[in-house]
Amino acid sequence: MIGGLFIYNHKGEVLISRVYRDDIGRNAVDAFRVNVIHARQQVRSPVSNIARTSFFHVKRSNIWLAAVTKQNVNATMVFEFLYKMCDVMAAYFGKISEENVKNNFVLIYELLDEILDFGYPQNSETGALKTFITQQGIKSQHHSKEEQSQITSQVTGQIGWRREGIKYRRNELFLDVLESVNLLMSPQGQVLSAHVSGRVVMKSYLSGMPECKFGMNDKIVIDKQGKTGSTEDGAKSGKQSIAIDDCTFHQCVRLSKFDSERSISFIPPDGDYELMRYRTTKDIILPFRVIPLVREVGRTKLEVKVVIKSNFKSSLLAQKIEVRIPTPLNTSGVQLICMKGKAKYKASENAIVWKVKRMAGMKESQISAEIELLPTNDKKKWARPPISMNFEVPFAPSGLKVRYLKVFEPKLNYSDHDVIKWVRYIGRSGIYETRC
Amino acid sequence: MMCDFLFSLVCTGEIFELKAELNSDKKEKKKEAVKKVIASMTVGKDVSALFPDVVNCMQTDNLELKKLVYLYLMNYAKSQPDMAIMAVNTFVKDCEDPNPLIRALAVRTMGCIRVDKITEYLCEPLRKCLKDEDPYVRKTAAVCVAKLHDINAQLVEDQGFLDTLKDLISDSNPMVVANAVAALSEIAESHPNSNLLDLNPQTINKLLTALNECTEWGQIFILDCLANYTPRDDRESQSICERVTPRLSHANSAVVLSAVKVLMKFMEMLPKDLDYYGTLLKKLAPPLVTLLSAEPELQYVALRNINLIVQRRPEILKHEMKVFFVKYNDPIYVKLEKLDIMIRLASQANIAQVLAELKEYATEVDVDFVRKAVRAIGRCAIKVEQSAERCVSTLLDLIQTKVNYVVQEAIVVIKDIFRKYPNKYESVIATLCENLDSLDEPEARAAMIWIVGEYAERIDNADELLESFLEGFHDESTQVQLQLLTAIVKLFLKKPTETQELVQQVLSLATQDSDNPDLRDRGYIYWRLLSTDPVAAKEVVLAEKPLISEETDLIEPTLLEELICHIGTLASVYHKPPSAFVEGSRGVQHKRLPGSSVESPDTGSAAGVSEAPPAVIPSQGDLLGDLLNLDLTPPTTTGPPPPASSGMQMGAMDLLGGGLDSLVGLLNTVLSEAVSLRCVIPALQNLSSHYTTCCQVWLPAMKAKGLEISGTFVRRAGVIQMEMTLTNKAMSVMTDFAIQFNRNSFGLAPAGPLQVLTPLSPNQSIEAALPLSTVGPVMKMEPLNNLQVAVKNNIDVFYFSCQYPISMLFAEDGKMERQVFLATWKDIPNDNESQFQIKDCHLNSDAASNKLQGSNIFTIAKRTVEGQDMLYQSMKLTNGIWVLAELRVQAGNPNYTVSTVLVVLAVFKSCAGAAVITIYYQKK
Repeated sequence: MIGGLFIYNHKGEVLISRVYRDDIGRNAVDAFRVNVIHARQQVRSPVSNIARTSFFHVKRSNIWLAAVTKQNVNATMVFEFLYKMCDVMAAYFGKISEENVKNNFVLIYELLDEILDFGYPQNSETGALKTFITQQGIKSQHHSKEEQSQITSQVTGQIGWRREGIKYRRNELFLDVLESVNLLMSPQGQVLSAHVSGRVVMKSYLSGMPECKFGMNDKIVIDKQGKTGSTEDGAKSGKQSIAIDDCTFHQCVRLSKFDSERSISFIPPDGDYELMRYRTTKDIILPFRVIPLVREVGRTKLEVKVVIKSNFKSSLLAQKIEVRIPTPLNTSGVQLICMKGKAKYKASENAIVWKVKRMAGMKESQISAEIELLPTNDKKKWARPPISMNFEVPFAPSGLKVRYLKVFEPKLNYSDHDVIKWVRYIGRSGIYETRC
Repeated sequence: MMCDFLFSLVCTGEIFELKAELNSDKKEKKKEAVKKVIASMTVGKDVSALFPDVVNCMQTDNLELKKLVYLYLMNYAKSQPDMAIMAVNTFVKDCEDPNPLIRALAVRTMGCIRVDKITEYLCEPLRKCLKDEDPYVRKTAAVCVAKLHDINAQLVEDQGFLDTLKDLISDSNPMVVANAVAALSEIAESHPNSNLLDLNPQTINKLLTALNECTEWGQIFILDCLANYTPRDDRESQSICERVTPRLSHANSAVVLSAVKVLMKFMEMLPKDLDYYGTLLKKLAPPLVTLLSAEPELQYVALRNINLIVQRRPEILKHEMKVFFVKYNDPIYVKLEKLDIMIRLASQANIAQVLAELKEYATEVDVDFVRKAVRAIGRCAIKVEQSAERCVSTLLDLIQTKVNYVVQEAIVVIKDIFRKYPNKYESVIATLCENLDSLDEPEARAAMIWIVGEYAERIDNADELLESFLEGFHDESTQVQLQLLTAIVKLFLKKPTETQELVQQVLSLATQDSDNPDLRDRGYIYWRLLSTDPVAAKEVVLAEKPLISEETDLIEPTLLEELICHIGTLASVYHKPPSAFVEGSRGVQHKRLPGSSVESPDTGSAAGVSEAPPAVIPSQGDLLGDLLNLDLTPPTTTGPPPPASSGMQMGAMDLLGGGLDSLVGLLNTVLSEAVSLRCVIPALQNLSSHYTTCCQVWLPAMKAKGLEISGTFVRRAGVIQMEMTLTNKAMSVMTDFAIQFNRNSFGLAPAGPLQVLTPLSPNQSIEAALPLSTVGPVMKMEPLNNLQVAVKNNIDVFYFSCQYPISMLFAEDGKMERQVFLATWKDIPNDNESQFQIKDCHLNSDAASNKLQGSNIFTIAKRTVEGQDMLYQSMKLTNGIWVLAELRVQAGNPNYTVSTVLVVLAVFKSCAGAAVITIYYQKK
């Protein structure tokens, strides 16, 4: 299991060092600094073995988190734990920066003591942790006996992510379907790969221990319903159903129930959480099409024309559109003409950045650029990195629709109708690239 | 900033100040002081001088302060063991505190203080905490047992904590169960033979129930533990799989990968024609693909694992090529891994796409990545024949870019393409030669030289080209020197007239001016060959080379099986067994996949060994852990033995992961290894003496509670027998003997029960002959003729391993038809050759032939050439593999007494079920 956990700043100074196992010595702290943080080469692997000791690291802005072990640990678990550790720290004190880590080092030690015992990860749900690890140490001893046992049963219980006795005057639910659509297109407009990775993120402010049921236009569910009865409904929605390649769920979701009935039921955590992630590859609506045209005029000039076409209902508006056209390293000057938005050549990034604030569906726009090149004797041809794009659209490119989200709380006197529910769809660009 | 001040604390003068603050009356001041101490400790300053002062702060009702003091204690207690005792009272008191959080904190911290004296005091509180009413305390105490075991294993056993821990597996709280499982698994790892984690269907059921309820981390502990279990039959296997599959939808990648591990392992038990088997295969793909949208570090771990999974079960991801396409922004470590998997998945169906991608990658920036991409193009050509032409033209395009490292890499892979498709793409040689001057890496230079030598007859100026390399011969790396030597010899054999001078030059450079033994030896061999028998030289040097195989970098099957059992762990990231990077006893046990389903379950206990759950295979020799769970009832003779031929075939396939060439593969592994040569030599040394292995002590009495077993293997009238002498050196009577073998290279298995009918009294010996069959399950052993045996009596089960002579396996019907022999002999490619020597052999060829016949090595033909006697011989192993041999006795001396030392050069050849040994005798 994890033998020790260190946190370093960008210079390699140790901010936090917690050793769990006897086989990890003080020299391990230095070994990582010397061999990884101060290494001249770019990091070639997130796992490194130095003198028979294995180091796992992740980086958050300038901060390095490293887990150390001498055993054959579950590597996936170690990384998942490091991410979780970052989440927990962020939930307690915001951004993970050198200053924040230094200011909260006592708290971090306290957390590390609680969520990692002898190198074994323990309950790390912030909801539960916050009930008894607080920055006001004094508070924790004034818990009544009842409260204490409530804490411990929550930390160890089946529903470790939610405490009992939550009360809201207004029961409210916010549901966001956030999708990132990824595309790799050949210069000829052929889709090399495309997929949507989506997340259903919720904010729930519900009283008691509500039982929730979430439904969407999942093809398997719809097809099943279509068969068993209500043919009309099945035929109607059958068209709109989507094939989900795979999905993963927050630990509150009953997986065995999903496996057998494909229904998503759960007792939600309080506040923000990610209910599920999913991935689709079929029938994706690609919101934009990028058509590049690159022409080399002699050795010192390049003509680039890029057309973007929006491909969705004209009543909808895309926002924050940004097209990034890479330029060769030996670019000396760029002349730009664009019909819409603003375009700029950014020498430091070796790219032309074209920004359009808004664009309605079924429209097109274009930019042309003349790139002057310095003559070089570099034999190597310019690699022509792909043109990438960013945008945000108010629909789900996968076609996912929320059909219902039902809330049952038999013990308290509110029903599904009393809960105010908000649903929002946001489609963003993931890695949306067109080769040129 | 306050805390910046804490961190910039300078030690020497401050210690005194801190001391004062620690002893202050004000709580706040005290706490701040302890914080400063911890801060100094973090940055590596020595604040151990403050030990008594800090420990004094321990008696507080402020939980935060208490935790800080504990943190300090954990760090320094070891260096101040005597003073650490001062803390014991507080700990013991805290373990009785009404607040469960404080009880847990105390027991958690106490376990981290690695001082012997303290551990004594820990026992009582720990015992109480293990039975605490609060689950939070119990789950903490469970881990504490593992901590204590790490400090003092004996103490934990003596105090009976292990039993309490086992009881916790049935606890009502899922987290307690999970931590108990984690602790037990860890303890069991350092006791490979203990039955600590006694996994049986009942406990498995409990674990599976807890799996649905505990935290994500707990699920990982439980799944990793489940993976060590071997179900009794396919039905149990399926029911566990069914209950594990829902985990594939968990948001935590580690839960997913651990579930994949369990499924990959248990799938081995399922019959392939089962509907569920197909369903399961389909279910595995989506979660694996989803792992690729996780954070880059997790992607890396996932990709390393997918690499293993794809090798073991290519069918799972064969349609998912696209998800492995490299993204421009992927970190380099993800890119390199994706590339590997792309090549593994490349097939005729998707090769066009793959090639287009690879060509794209070859223009990227990162040198390593570009090189690998170029190499990948070459590997595609070798793997998918239809694409070879396109690959070659792509490579030529890349060579035209003149980017130095791209050109060099391209040339290296083109060499391999030539080896796979000889006489097909030689037209490109001209283009390659143009780039001769730009090659500066040894591998590329060597590849180019190889090409020139191999196709010397088609390159007009081959001699000039090679000569140009020869000028700087001594500055070249060994690789290039060796290649140059061979290439020039090849050239000489092809165009002897013009190149005599050149070959002289290179031979003298290699033999006289070089101090590299490899180079010198190769030089001498060529020289001697050329000077004694140019025709033979031509046959040797210009012999037709075997085609190179498709996949050159596959992981060796046994290692692959082991790594599959370690999916998700570091071993799967490094692609090395845990023993390669873990120190001490932990993790050195080798895990194996459960027996494949082809071993028919209906043979029941008769085939006990075949069903043996090989959870653990000891590295070498004494710990035969995998025999542990054996059902040691004597084999019943009533069960029909499995049909010999198919049983063998299946076994072999299982061994090598399937494929038509399984037999050939087995043979290659059998004969190409030096180990196997050493096994055959004794058989051939029958030449000098009649061969019987002397009786060896296999199991000394000390290791087996007074039972001593010695014995030998013999072949009598076609029956292999294990002749054993069992001696009772203990004080009590021994009864109820039974014997079983582990799976082994040649499928040896007892043909009947061990015949020891009368009880064995003290100091009595009994002889028992156990007839053996060769139709048991097959598994390659190291060394090849190793046999692991379990013997049971009324006292205990004992394990030992012994080695049997390979000659025992030579069958009586090993005499090959003359015509068949001739045909087979010719068809054998040269590269299956191996060499070995026999010394001190004082027989002439006829006597040798007679002796060998006694061991079922038959002489098929004999001829005499230039005073050399050549004996052609055949033998057949029990598993149907033929071995052909040529025995050459050169007697330069007219006196026929073969004198002094014989230097024997033998060449092993093997192909399509036949092997050849050529033996050259030379007189010194």
